[in-house]
Amino acid sequence: MEERQSNPVLQVKDLSISFSMYDQGMAKHDLEVIHQLSLTVRRGEILAVAGSSGSGKSLLAHGILGILPKNAKMEGEMAFCGQKLEPSLLENLRGKEIAFIPQSVEYLDPLMKVGKQVIGRGKKSERIRRQEKMKQVFERYHLEPSAADLYPYQLSGGMARRVLIAGAVLDQPKLMIADEPTPGLQEELARETIQNFRELAEAGCGVLLITHDIDLAMELADRIAVFYGGTILEIAPVEDFSAEGANLRHPYSRAFLQALPQNEFCPIKGSQPYAGNLPKGCLFADRCPYRREGCQEEMEMRALRGGEVRCRYAE
Amino acid sequence: MQNNQENALEARDISFRYDKKSPWILEGYNLKLSVRERTALVGPSGCGKSTLSKLLSGYERPEKGEILWKGEPLPKTGYCPVQMIGQHPEQAVNPRWKMEKILRECWDPEEELLEKMGIEKEWMKRWPIELSGGELQRFCIGRALGPKTEFLICDEISTMLDVITQAQIWQVLLEEAEKRKMGMLVITHNRSLAERVCNRIVEF
Repeated sequence: MEERQSNPVLQVKDLSISFSMYDQGMAKHDLEVIHQLSLTVRRGEILAVAGSSGSGKSLLAHGILGILPKNAKMEGEMAFCGQKLEPSLLENLRGKEIAFIPQSVEYLDPLMKVGKQVIGRGKKSERIRRQEKMKQVFERYHLEPSAADLYPYQLSGGMARRVLIAGAVLDQPKLMIADEPTPGLQEELARETIQNFRELAEAGCGVLLITHDIDLAMELADRIAVFYGGTILEIAPVEDFSAEGANLRHPYSRAFLQALPQNEFCPIKGSQPYAGNLPKGCLFADRCPYRREGCQEEMEMRALRGGEVRCRYAE
Repeated sequence: MQNNQENALEARDISFRYDKKSPWILEGYNLKLSVRERTALVGPSGCGKSTLSKLLSGYERPEKGEILWKGEPLPKTGYCPVQMIGQHPEQAVNPRWKMEKILRECWDPEEELLEKMGIEKEWMKRWPIELSGGELQRFCIGRALGPKTEFLICDEISTMLDVITQAQIWQVLLEEAEKRKMGMLVITHNRSLAERVCNRIVEF
């Protein structure tokens, strides 16, 4: 446990991502979609980032991997195993030490057989080794060996997803970034995938799981980061999410938990702020039942009771 | 014609496939739905739940068998009393229309409803591409709640929403369903949600 604490695999500090968008004619403006987000993934743990779809969670994954579109601008610092994550380093690590399971099966190359995509590029000896490995991994994910000879369009949605997962777990990565890995999988297989993440974590890999499925996050993760309006409002150990969330720090996290169908199913008013029209200070302030004067001011993440929170008044 | 309330919407022995060569997706399927009930349909992915909802709301026609609404075949023209809300709101709106026009395509929702749904006035002037999935879905739901809608099919309508919005939207939908005696078929993989919003659960 000691070792885990002191061994961050991934550190992200004050990450902001903005897009340059055209207004009228040639006029452009920047739209910031992720604001000052900080998080740490430690060795052997699963950190889930949970929040609604369309709030920019996938961009976080793409930002870390350096695969954002060209009109995106990224600020902030990232480090992998203590080393500053420069684009050149990232390029070497991506697909090896840092694995990625994308959200959509459309990330497969439609013109390449899936076996070839799973094996990837490299020296011949390396490719042969990976081919052997692929056989084992395919078997584990109930893929026929012959599936390697198929093109993506010949696969069902569930199979394509398993291919993506197989490609990601082939080499023992140190950091796994999974963006909504389970939808489209049957329950049994989803469960098994989850089990696989556990095993990866046990073997020392840090897992960053991005999901809108809070039930999945609560079942699987060690810590959960609550994502809202383009940033993280709270990071808490998973235990804090049980017992109606009495131990949670941020009012949004508690409202979130109370809105679950298995809890009260009780909504609060309003909606998430739009990236182009963010309130000053706390992003949740206009919906918060405990709003006070000071909520209009800049809000920073601070440590509190074994977690972190972006709220001035949380106790 | 007997028992029209009990079996308002009925799939009678329907079979369907997307083309003559592809395998059957539904074969000899039967389902009876009453306007007094909210029925949840749960089942593994890829088993044809979404296809069934398209058939029930008239977007697809069965190759064999028939879909009956109050004992008659589903009307082919005019407003369909069975409305469907889908899984992908971004695919269900016209990208070249502004939100205002999309929302008011077939009826004029009152301010009160819009407010309850959490639809902001400012969104009306935007294009669909400028709204998130969750925001678009509120429009799709508001659009489907016209006065002539008697039965609503909800195909995974809240999977893309955050749980607070999910609770918010279901509260409005349940209230409307009670008030107008509207029947519902709810397709979801979330069992707690099915138990929460429905009074009958059918395994597919």
